[in-house]
This record gives sequence, C-alpha cells and structure tokens, in this order.
Amino acid sequence: MDDKIVKPEPPLGGPPQGSRPHAPVGDGCFLGEEMKPQAPSYKEALARIKNWFRANSLWVMAYGTGCGAIELRPLATARFDMERLGIAMRPTPRQSNVLIVSGYLAVKSLKRVIRSYEQMPSPKWIVALGSCTINGGMYWDSYNTINRLDLYLPVDVYINGCMPRPEALVAGFQELMRRIKKGEADGWRHYMENLDWYKENQKKIITDWDLPEYNW
Amino acid sequence: MSPSELSLLPKLFWVVVSVVGAIAYGLVIGGIIRKVMARIQGRIGPPVYQPYLDLFKVIFQRTATWHGYMFYLGPVFRAAGAIGLFLLIPVVFGDPRFDNFSFNGDLLMVMYFMFFGCLGMALGAAEGGHPHSVVAITRGLSQMTAYELPFSLAVVAIAAQTGSFSVHQIVAAQQGGVGHWFLFTNPLAAVAAFLAFLGMNMYSPFDIVLAPQEIPIGPPTEYNSAFMSAMMSGRAIFGVAKCVLYMDLFLGGATTILAAIVKVFFIYFWSIFVGAVFPRFRTEQAVRFFLGWPTAAGVAAVLAVMLF
Ligand code: SF4
Repeated sequence: MDDKIVKPEPPLGGPPQGSRPHAPVGDGCFLGEEMKPQAPSYKEALARIKNWFRANSLWVMAYGTGCGAIELRPLATARFDMERLGIAMRPTPRQSNVLIVSGYLAVKSLKRVIRSYEQMPSPKWIVALGSCTINGGMYWDSYNTINRLDLYLPVDVYINGCMPRPEALVAGFQELMRRIKKGEADGWRHYMENLDWYKENQKKIITDWDLPEYNW
Repeated sequence: MSPSELSLLPKLFWVVVSVVGAIAYGLVIGGIIRKVMARIQGRIGPPVYQPYLDLFKVIFQRTATWHGYMFYLGPVFRAAGAIGLFLLIPVVFGDPRFDNFSFNGDLLMVMYFMFFGCLGMALGAAEGGHPHSVVAITRGLSQMTAYELPFSLAVVAIAAQTGSFSVHQIVAAQQGGVGHWFLFTNPLAAVAAFLAFLGMNMYSPFDIVLAPQEIPIGPPTEYNSAFMSAMMSGRAIFGVAKCVLYMDLFLGGATTILAAIVKVFFIYFWSIFVGAVFPRFRTEQAVRFFLGWPTAAGVAAVLAVMLF
C-alpha cells in the first residue's frame, strides 16, 4: 500500500452545476454556439443537422484501459460489425470523437487518458464501460485505481456490467447516438465550463502532476 | 483538338463541375469499397454514403492546435496536386466540356503532379513532429520510388508507340474499337502499369504506408478537422484522376460520361479485389516486387516498341 496516493472523498452532489466558466479556454474556440438552449431556430436546425452527421460517424479512439477493452474487438467482427453504424476505430486522438474508458483506470493511466481526451477535437464524448468506471467495481478498494470516473472526466454514457457483452456496447453506442442527435451529449461542454473543478480533482489523485494545464 | 474551343467562362464552369463531380464520385467509390470489403468479410458494412457523413462530420470539428505553416500546407499541396493532376487529363474524349486542360506533352506534367501531392504531404506531415508520421513517410516515399519505375517505363513505351507525349493523341490513337486499346496492342506495358497501379492506390498488398492497424494511419496521424476533410476530398479526387489517366492510356479513353464512370470504376476495383485476397507486403518486399516482374515487363515493353 502506498500511503502517498490519497483518494479524494467523493463529493455527494457530483460536479457543480452551472459554475463560472473557465475564462481563458472559453473564448469561442470550443464553446460553439450551436447547442445553447435559446438559439434562434435556423441555428437550431443547423445544430440538428450537424448533430445528425456527428452521430452517424463516430470515430472511436483505439485505447483500452481495463479488461473491458477485450470486448471492443468483437465489435469489429462479422458478428457485431460496428462499421454498419458508422463507428470506426481511429488510432490517434486528433481524429477521434469518442473515448471509451474500458474498465478500471490506474492512476498512472488516468494521466494518459486525460491527455488523450484533451487532445481530441470537440465535440467529443466519453463512454464509460464496466462497473469499474462507475464505482470501482471489483477494484473498489485497490490502492492505485480510481473509483468514480466522472470526478475526473465528463462521462456521457455508462455501460454497466463486469464485463459488459458486445451487445451491451452496441446498445450503449446507440444510446450515445440518440443523445448526440438530441443535443444532450455535451459532457465536453461541461468539462470546459467546469475545468477548475475537474483539474482540482485530477491533481488531488495524480500526485506527480507534470501535465500542462490543458493538453492541446 | 485544341482545348480552347470554349471561351473562358463556360470553360471555368465546366472545370468546377468536373472537379466537384470527381470528388463526389471518388467519395461514392470509397463508400462502395467499404461496402464490398465488408461483404467479403461477411459483414453488413456501412452505408454507401458513409464517406460523406465522415467528411461533413470532420468539417464540423474544431480544434486550436498549431504545428507550423508547412503542416497546414500539406493537405493543401495534396489537394492541389490531385486537382492539378485531374485537370490535365481529358476525361471525355472529344467533348470540349470535359476535355480539361490537356496540351502537347502533358503526360510529363501529369507524372510530375503525381509526385507533387505526395511530396507536399510528406513535408507537411513531417512538420507535425509525430514519429509515426515520419516512419510512414519513409515507407511511402520508398514505395513510391519503386512503383514509379515500372509506371514510367510503361508510359515511355506507350508514348513511343504513339510518337507523342500528349494524352490527347494517345487517346486518339486508340479510337476505333476495343482491339485498338493499348491494353491489347501493348500488353507488356499494360502489365507493368497495372501492377504499378496496385502500389499507387495503396490498398492491401501495398498498404503499409497507411498501415491502418499498427502505425496509426501514416502521414495523416496529426491531421484533424478541416485539414482532414481537405485530405479526404484530395484522396477522393486523386483516386479518380489516376483511374482516368489509366483509362486514357490503356482503355481507349471514354467518349461519354457514362463510359468514363464505368471504366474508372473497374480500374479502381482492380486494386480493391487484388487487395481483398492478398496480405500485406513489407516495405522492402514491396520495393523488391516492383523492381522485379513489373519493371521487367516495362523494359520488355519499351524494347518491343523500339524493335518492332
Ligand atoms: S468492470 Fe469488470 S471487466 Fe470491466 S475492468 Fe472492471 S473488473 Fe474488468
């Protein structure tokens, strides 16, 4: 057991709602207008079209963390065939929209996940796969894994199970697509608006913090 | 036949139409390829219009990274090379609207443009600084140098047979029936060129440049958003332009749009079907392959034209 790594107390209420926006990042480059609630109707229509394109062309970052990554592979095979839904694997964060955190996250790999997530161009979504990302799963008392992913990164869709079957993954993807089309999947916006809160949490658990404040 | 049969403005209009049409057709071919490959692998596969979804999705993305000017010029060079290549090749023989800007000796220019896009891309991708890009560029340039040899020999053989370096006259020399196509009158050159085409298209036996599985996706590793979309449309038009060139050189060109579409489709799918059944070559194997039988066929073609 390493006493140096301190786990944060999970806050009961979850991330703060509607806290002040993070000043230096929010200058229009990420917070596009299209998803704001009171937008005029032509913008709404445009946003709907854009979201339809986004939902039907999900590029998944090929990055596996826990044992759940093994369930991603069957998705590409003839039996499940994720390509028919427009889902493709991209091996580089610069071209991906979806990051699947496929299971338990060691503190060490959390750092890499944060880095990859921030390098992805917006809009981007996180799918959390397996119980380990929800409450720690069977690693809940491990000395070096995190228990709740949404303290550190915004999660759009959870897929429950240990480990979830590929069918569950496909269902999760379909849920994500539905939410994107409705404009509800805006975890990336939440991350931008509450960057201070997320960074504070991340620094609490990553004791050897050597990342820049934001990984462009 | 002079290319200036139309005055400038209608000419420009038809140029824009043919470029947009070529991009659209290239994207559709990309979708058909994905569908066909999926069916070969026993999958359902994405819809045929999937490349359009991907293209527009990519355009709607935003990022704020900075890698230097050359990095951003890379896709521009690539797209410019592809469009330049396309504009030099007559698509429909004898139709001033789709004649593009062919002139005497344009075949040399065409071969230059084929290199130009790849070189621009290599410079730009190297500026991104990603080690995977550099690895892929090294592989890509060696493979390109290797397949360029049989291709050039085939072109020289065809040009010697016609006595001209003009694509227009090469097409004119093949009119009058299927038997006049250089595919049949100069089969050795056709063998060399169509084997080189496999490397040019970078599908399966020679797809180590893009290496979709192990080094991310080659030179485009660091590209995203609008640059990615420029590269996707550049790739689409480049694929079509290469097939149009092959059509003009070996399949007797086309006298109608429909014939052009059909011939381009079959030339494109020659590399797809070969790719579906053959596993991948490593770079040095690819280089050795191109310098072997394809080059021998090219040399034989040139000798045959000179001797007989
Ligand atoms: S949820 Fe189960 S399968 Fe998934 S990472 Fe955790 S222990 Fe492994």
